[in-house]
Amino acid sequence: MLSKPRFKWLPMPYHSILLFATWLLLNNTLAPGHLFLGSVLALGIPLLTSSLSKPQPALHKPMHTFRYALRVLGDIVTANLEVAFQVMGPIKNLNPGFFAVPLDLEGELPITLLASTVSLTPGTVSSEVSECRKFLYVHALTMKNEEELIQTIKQRYEAPLMEIFSC
Amino acid sequence: MNFLLELIVSIFLLIGGVFILVGSIGLVRLPDFFMRLHAPTKATTLGMGGLLIASMILFTVREPGISVHELLITLFLFITAPVSAHMMAKTALHQKNKMIERTTGQHLIARARQQKAPEVKPSLND
Repeated sequence: MLSKPRFKWLPMPYHSILLFATWLLLNNTLAPGHLFLGSVLALGIPLLTSSLSKPQPALHKPMHTFRYALRVLGDIVTANLEVAFQVMGPIKNLNPGFFAVPLDLEGELPITLLASTVSLTPGTVSSEVSECRKFLYVHALTMKNEEELIQTIKQRYEAPLMEIFSC
Repeated sequence: MNFLLELIVSIFLLIGGVFILVGSIGLVRLPDFFMRLHAPTKATTLGMGGLLIASMILFTVREPGISVHELLITLFLFITAPVSAHMMAKTALHQKNKMIERTTGQHLIARARQQKAPEVKPSLND
């Protein structure tokens, strides 16, 4: 399931799009000169650097990433409010927990994305991944039910990631 | 019109400010390193979000053209915040920072430090 470049002159299409958008955002303009310069950079940099990058699992359903990003954004907002109330409330009501999430995901990029999502959504921070890449150790600010939290992470974040990367 | 703009921008600035304040208060109040880690990493995401939305609205209305390079700050923040949080948690784990006593699942810490899988497999509802 590793991505093979479809065109020789465009080895990393998603990186190219990202570079192009970043260049335009950095300059905060849509001027023709910057459109041209941006596309030169977006095509040139991947050509130079693609041989340095490790092969990553191919995106199976790229469009699902947007849905995933929106879901994560929504969760960040709601969970942020939750954590804000927990932090301001009595500390003795907080029951921190440390637990391991069994991973079904494979590959370094998907696991990194899952760990980042877990860290970004308030209340949980990923702190270590086992050498065999089968378990993600997570610290939670407060949790009522360990099993429930693990299932939430698996269903809400890991399942869509597995769909995106089809592993 | 100008008053309305200022009102909207102020509201977003206030929301952002409140969340960053809560994050800082959490940094003072929470008892151990791992719990303290939660407050600032979270506050920055929504706190900064509020400030950046305010900036986007203000400069889009005030100046010709739309102002979207704040989105880039958000992008970089979302890439770096979880990585730094993960690295700090990992360092704390390997430095044997103590978690407060009522933390559940402390038997896993030794295994996590060796990057091994937990000894007893958690049930997978299978």
